[in-house]
Amino acid sequence: MSFPWAKQYEPKSGLTQWIDARLPLPRFVYNAVGGGYPVPRNLNYFWNFGVLAGIALVLQIVTGIVLAMHFAANGAIAFDSVEHIMRDVNSGWMIRYAHANGASMFLAVVYIHISRGLYYGSYKAPREMLWLLGVVIFLLMMATAFMGYVLPWGQMSFWGAQVITGFFSALPVVGESIRIWLLGGFAPDSATLNRFFSLHYLLPFVTLGVIILHIWALHIPGSNNPTGVEVKGEQDTVPFHPYYTAKDGFGLGVFLVIFCALIFFAPNMLGHPDNYIPANPLSTPAHIVPEWYFLPFYAILKSFTADFILDAKLWGVLAMFGSILLLFFLPWLDTSPVRSANYRPTYRIFLVILLVDVLVLGYIGGAEATARNVIIGQIASVYYFAHFLIILPTVSAMERPRPLPNSITESVLGKSSTGGSFGAAVPAE
Amino acid sequence: MASVERAIPSGIMHGGGGGGDEPRRRDFLSIAALSFGGVGVAAVIVPLVNQMNPSADVLAQSTTEIDLSAIAPGQAIKASFRKQPLFVRNLTPLEIAEADKVALSSLRDPETLTQRTREGKKNWLITLGVCTHLGCVPLGAGEGEIKGEYGGYFCPCHGSVYDSAARIRKGPAPKNLAVPEYKFLSETTVTVG
Repeated sequence: MSFPWAKQYEPKSGLTQWIDARLPLPRFVYNAVGGGYPVPRNLNYFWNFGVLAGIALVLQIVTGIVLAMHFAANGAIAFDSVEHIMRDVNSGWMIRYAHANGASMFLAVVYIHISRGLYYGSYKAPREMLWLLGVVIFLLMMATAFMGYVLPWGQMSFWGAQVITGFFSALPVVGESIRIWLLGGFAPDSATLNRFFSLHYLLPFVTLGVIILHIWALHIPGSNNPTGVEVKGEQDTVPFHPYYTAKDGFGLGVFLVIFCALIFFAPNMLGHPDNYIPANPLSTPAHIVPEWYFLPFYAILKSFTADFILDAKLWGVLAMFGSILLLFFLPWLDTSPVRSANYRPTYRIFLVILLVDVLVLGYIGGAEATARNVIIGQIASVYYFAHFLIILPTVSAMERPRPLPNSITESVLGKSSTGGSFGAAVPAE
Repeated sequence: MASVERAIPSGIMHGGGGGGDEPRRRDFLSIAALSFGGVGVAAVIVPLVNQMNPSADVLAQSTTEIDLSAIAPGQAIKASFRKQPLFVRNLTPLEIAEADKVALSSLRDPETLTQRTREGKKNWLITLGVCTHLGCVPLGAGEGEIKGEYGGYFCPCHGSVYDSAARIRKGPAPKNLAVPEYKFLSETTVTVG
């Protein structure tokens, strides 16, 4: 589906006509990311991050396949095989650093992509399915990233696996059996490492499949835009190619500069030195912390220190998973008909507070569990849930949005929005 | 054609929107075949799920023998049981007295030291060294490690504190350190598991 004014693919040569009649793959690509996909003309650079996330996934798959050629998923030699990649394999150090930092880049890009969706209301009708698929991709990414971090079989790998599989033991009655089933033993060992390797190789391709559904769901209504106003006519759009291929190309350049700076100048900045110590089941590192991208959720987990009907431990685990699962309900928690926070003065303030709150959670997640930090973490955790469950529905009901422009074109051309009250569906020009 | 039609039972020939009360024989066959296939698929899932459980060689490592003769009162050792750390601690009379005087009602997971040790061997406290919160190894068994404010174990990950009977006293852990199955073979050897 596309807008009626979308350009049609017209194969020129005999060969492309021959292919188009038998397998219209070039037509499909043309309609998806070529001149045949009309996109709102006013997208800003925040709309780069979807494409960047896709590129990051491809980079992870390519570097990952190469690493799998040299890695041995066995507890006795996994750590050494990683060192072998770092020291002996030709360019192995670069490929491993690219993979390890690529994961951080991927998550960073996806966090910006999600924040973009939150700010511009991209989760609202008719894009709910698009959002839900996005949350599924996020969950798949987290599982994949966690299992990948276990593979080098260093101290953080081992104890990360111990702590994260420990979440499942919080479940009443069946918890411990599930944990043993997941680990294939009573503690993480070769059996665990091997299955994590298998799944770490599989899940990116599952993710790729869900991304295809995500893009399919995107192409039904088309992209949202910074005004949140629907496309009303041809003057509101430009073809994806060359306009946004060029804009995304520039964004990709910036992405690659940062990525290369990490790989070549600070390859271990985002890692933990403890993971260069081989896994030791008899000694826990003094300070276990997950990778930076899990810290806010880890802070929520740590915030439960007292029993209340259920164990503190079970509460922590439920709250941590709940904080992500909450995102599935977002399209129905925000009832405001206005998408873009540019026109929602009150919501915008609370969204900035939420961003600060998540950053505070991230800091607390990585900090020592002192009395002061626990209290701060608890307040920040409560606020996180309050934002989605109390503040968002209340603000949506009470807020008086600013007048929307009549159309994308009107907002681009900078006309004053006099008379542009919400809902006035008059096409400009 | 006519002879063929006569040879086939009418129930099969009249299908479609079939006004007959009887279910069609073909429907029955379809449902039976699909159900049988479904049972087969369900049966295949059992080994596919079960392969994830601990394998025979992992289960075979499930007993460990420990020599107690070198552990002086007040000392503890870390052994390995099922690839998990095991704390074996020789309690001093003072530590036993401290553990005994705690009111059971004040405990999160109420157990007496007597219940957690073998009869007549109250000084030998044998527990898994796995914090019941998220599975870290608590400190306190090794020489010079912090024992926490209750003189037992302290888990550095999320600050759970255990007392001298390895019972949870403070922090997020829900349970006492687990006491595995074990028996004394002699005065100085135990077999765990």
